[in-house]
Amino acid sequence: MSIAKKGVSKRKKRLNRSWFGTLMLFSFIGLFGAFMALPLIYTINNAFKPLDEIFLFPPRFFVRNPTFTNFADLANLMANSWVPFTRYMFNTVFITAVGTAGHIIFSAAAAYPLAKHKFPGSNVLFGIVVLSLMFSPHVTAIPNYMTMSVLGWVDSYWAVIVPSFAFPLGLYLMKQFMEQIPDSILEASRIDGASEYRIFWKIVMPIVKPAWLTLMILLFQQLWGTDGGNFIYSEELKTMHYALGQIIQGGIARAGAAAAVALMLMSVPIIVFLFSQASIIQTMSSSGMKD
Amino acid sequence: MDISKSDHVKQRKEKQSILQQFKRNVRMHKHSYILMAPYFSLFFLFTVLPVIISIVVSFTYFNMLELPRWVGWQNYARLFLEDDVFLIALKNTFLFAAITGPLSYIACFVFAWIINEFSPKIRAFLTLIFFAPSISGNIFFIWLIIFSGDSYGYANGFLMKLGIIYEPIQWLQDPQYVLAIVMFVQLWLSLGTAFLAFIAGLQNIDVTLYEAGAIDGVKNRWQDLWYITLPSMRPQLMFGAVIQITMSFSVADVSMAIAGFPSVQYAAHTVVTHLIDYGSIRFEMGYASAIATILFLMMMTTNLITQRLLRKVGE
Repeated sequence: MSIAKKGVSKRKKRLNRSWFGTLMLFSFIGLFGAFMALPLIYTINNAFKPLDEIFLFPPRFFVRNPTFTNFADLANLMANSWVPFTRYMFNTVFITAVGTAGHIIFSAAAAYPLAKHKFPGSNVLFGIVVLSLMFSPHVTAIPNYMTMSVLGWVDSYWAVIVPSFAFPLGLYLMKQFMEQIPDSILEASRIDGASEYRIFWKIVMPIVKPAWLTLMILLFQQLWGTDGGNFIYSEELKTMHYALGQIIQGGIARAGAAAAVALMLMSVPIIVFLFSQASIIQTMSSSGMKD
Repeated sequence: MDISKSDHVKQRKEKQSILQQFKRNVRMHKHSYILMAPYFSLFFLFTVLPVIISIVVSFTYFNMLELPRWVGWQNYARLFLEDDVFLIALKNTFLFAAITGPLSYIACFVFAWIINEFSPKIRAFLTLIFFAPSISGNIFFIWLIIFSGDSYGYANGFLMKLGIIYEPIQWLQDPQYVLAIVMFVQLWLSLGTAFLAFIAGLQNIDVTLYEAGAIDGVKNRWQDLWYITLPSMRPQLMFGAVIQITMSFSVADVSMAIAGFPSVQYAAHTVVTHLIDYGSIRFEMGYASAIATILFLMMMTTNLITQRLLRKVGE
């Protein structure tokens, strides 16, 4: 609420824009907005197109006679497959849910001391985390494969889930956000005799709820679309995204079912973001890097 | 306050050696270390240690079956002197870093800046529209349908209807187009975390700064932008730069999904796809580690230089 109010008051006080400027602004954002949204709208439309519309020439963008046959086709196709579709769904949901929950708890626990205590090594540790934002996980992929094979985690969920607990971006955002918590609150509970663990769990965790949602979206980005990478070989452990790839490989005969899966895959993260947007923006306002 | 504090510290230093003080300090913060232990043990196991292992293994020949054999700089020599495909990959990666990197960064800022001009409800809607592609799973494969090589593809269908072309273009099989299309899709996906950070940064700029600016002689919006907006959100700009640079150096999934793996004449081959080729298909771990080490150095150097430059914004 406070953010929204600030925005309104700011616009009133700022320099005025000409009507031409306003027009340009609207057309610019409209044009690029359409570009961003078209593929998404297309996916939604395609999922409800009957086959004859999917293969219409010249192709038409919007659906004329919406139908649910694609979903029915998908259900049929999947009922007959060796691994039931619900299993792929379960795998994706399980990996995303466990990975996200673990990541939020682990990184919050590590972020709290880094944000609120000065102790030997705290700056070095956080410095390493910031540096690790500067390269992508591809760099560590090969040693991680070796580690997984030593641990015996190849071909299990854990090879995907456990490394996701320790993604650096989540800890970084969590720590930056926690720095805003007033010390007086923590001090008051310390005087009341609460242990550090209790303060973390009962006071800090509830305050940083907006950051939970942010980490959730970030992990969604990483895990929801995973196909198990090099780690998962067993068919019954594979994810929905992998199943989608297989259906698309089926070519023309499977185009309808593929459109239905695509819609299912796409809508979940977007809906999550829809409900958590305000919290995420709130977390991001403390995301900056200090000199 | 400060003076008395440092006096106090000095006195204590006289009484006990630095080592003892360190031990005491560690003991006092025992709970901090315990809270951090789970995260940091995994972080070191899966992020820090692998970088070190990767550098060491890059000097060996290792195929996961036999024990690694020390070969010195041989892997690096082979990469730069004998491996033509790697040089193509390197060229493409630099193209991504030089084109999609800055473009996506500017796009993140410009769209955040414009979106910030609207009322909160429209702003929330526009944020959703622009951010959605980057979180909607690997939905970018629909560009495959749009750029499909037959006349059912939307791009071909549209251009043929307009009469610009008379026969379908093989967008994804033609080395002439493939790299540009991958860049295009990469840009479509790139309004992610940095974009959100910019929106948040813009909303938090102190309003009084603009009023003060107007009094000090800021005449138009461009001056507003350069003298007030950009310096005020420098921390977010630095954070966003790290995210976008790292992203633009690590193009792989999009290239593999859109252009295929390997792509036609390696037209969309990047350092990361080269790494995947040697690491998870050919299992030449030493050679792949050398690729990973070079990737690591490229990303770190670019990021650290950019951080230096961004500190100068608005000064």
